[in-house]
Amino acid sequence: MIELTNVSRRFGEVTAVDRISLTVETGETCVLVGSSGCGKSTTLRMINRLLPHSAGDIRVDGQDIREVDLQQLRLNMGYAIQGTGLFPHWTVARNIALVPQLQGWERARVEARVTELLDMLGLSPAEYADKYPAQLSGGQAQRVGVARALAADPNILLMDEPFGALDAITRENLQNEMLRIQRRLRKTTVFVTHDIDEALRLADRIAVMDQGRILQHDTPDAILRQPASAFVESLVGSQDRGLKLAALQSVAEVMQRHPQPRQAVPEKVSVGAQDSLRQALSVMLWQQLSELPVVDDQGLELGVLTRERLWRETA
Amino acid sequence: MMRHWLTPALWLLVLVAGCLGLPALEPWLQPLVDGRQAVIYPRDSFVTLLLNHLQLVAISAAAATLVALGGGIAVTRPWGRDFLPMASQLASIGQTVPPVAVLALAVPVMGFGDGPTFVALALYGLLPILRNTLAGLQGIDPAVREAATGMGMSSSQVLLRVELPLAGRVILAGIRTSVTINIATAAIGSTIGAQTLGDPVIAGLVNGNTAYVLQGAVLIGLLAVTVDSLFEALEQQWLKRTPGLSG
Repeated sequence: MIELTNVSRRFGEVTAVDRISLTVETGETCVLVGSSGCGKSTTLRMINRLLPHSAGDIRVDGQDIREVDLQQLRLNMGYAIQGTGLFPHWTVARNIALVPQLQGWERARVEARVTELLDMLGLSPAEYADKYPAQLSGGQAQRVGVARALAADPNILLMDEPFGALDAITRENLQNEMLRIQRRLRKTTVFVTHDIDEALRLADRIAVMDQGRILQHDTPDAILRQPASAFVESLVGSQDRGLKLAALQSVAEVMQRHPQPRQAVPEKVSVGAQDSLRQALSVMLWQQLSELPVVDDQGLELGVLTRERLWRETA
Repeated sequence: MMRHWLTPALWLLVLVAGCLGLPALEPWLQPLVDGRQAVIYPRDSFVTLLLNHLQLVAISAAAATLVALGGGIAVTRPWGRDFLPMASQLASIGQTVPPVAVLALAVPVMGFGDGPTFVALALYGLLPILRNTLAGLQGIDPAVREAATGMGMSSSQVLLRVELPLAGRVILAGIRTSVTINIATAAIGSTIGAQTLGDPVIAGLVNGNTAYVLQGAVLIGLLAVTVDSLFEALEQQWLKRTPGLSG
């Protein structure tokens, strides 16, 4: 758990972060979102003391971070940033092994861990372990960056716009990857982004920041349904808020389930159970259908999604 | 396998052969001088001059590297950053002062001989190394340094494992420039009484003996080429050990 109480950060005369209070529960992903200069990165960097806070209290798992040894504090927090910050003179494997090595793990354990992480992030260890960062694509390098942050199995993950510099398709892949990993590992995560869609996608709770203050701290659903101020409303966009809400829910949550799964009719237009309502809506619009069969990975039809039901759920 | 070491080895061979074999060329050099003059520089053997020349350059380069590297590292640390602008200016202004001027200025302070030459060489050699140390350290992607610190490396770990390896090639290039310039500058040291391969050149100029000048110049040239190709090989070796940097 991370608790910020009345935390401020001043740079000379400028107040970058102004008396914010924020609690990130254990296992929760909190996304700080806002335009550049709103204080979101500053807030993140105060948690691992890359920047000391000027006033207030920051506690990690109940302990004041100023009372913890600086190196120890950071070794227990995974850190991934935009542009990866991978060491160009080290191989992928050595980059990932950084924190375990600093913590003095045995060699065999480090190697096993590196292999495990490369597998987890979809990079074949045989192919990538001995490559250098310059030989990777942007998406691959960022995967290695995430693997490095996870290497020593830290309780806390700090991520500063890690996917900010990637193209849209790669970014979406990595967001999916992130969600998958997060479902499995449940790290207490603070994630900074300026992209509201990324925030809505990844967050358990979102903190919207502007001019050094937190305007609203709530679930993605609540941020969309009840924006606390005009700024938040403009950030989430008034026109396509319905689509954003639809993107938050999966088809499986709202479909009418068959009593027994049945064999799906091949060739028939359908949606996957894990697809979002937004994708289902798009298929309905495009194919001019009022209901869609919902199928799972094995090709079994689990239920149907009707237009009426979709309407009701996204209202 | 170690093919990049071949070139400096060959040049070294030519240099040593030159030092030992020049006297044997007396008949061919005879036409350059009028009858009464000696053909081969007689006061010291070329080997003695070469070794003294090398010693002067090596010691001053070592001192310059220590000071410049230490200074460059110091002014890029958080506690030394106030002096960074001054150090950068010094490094660039220093390049505009000709080496002869540095030698000339050393004489009134220290007199004649190896001593003032050594000091002048060390001072002058400092600047290219300082300039490249600063360029190398400042050229590191800030994200790399931030990640290193943020992941829990101590400041000395960041310096030794990340910054110096990444800046190393640029720093090495600075040392190469410094040493190459100083091989030539050391020869001019003969004018203020240092014993170097410049001795035959100066003696030849003073006495109108073209053969002396030729002998000195050829050996200084060979020495510069040998040392320069040695550094080239060192850089190749560095690249081989850190393949990530070659792209």
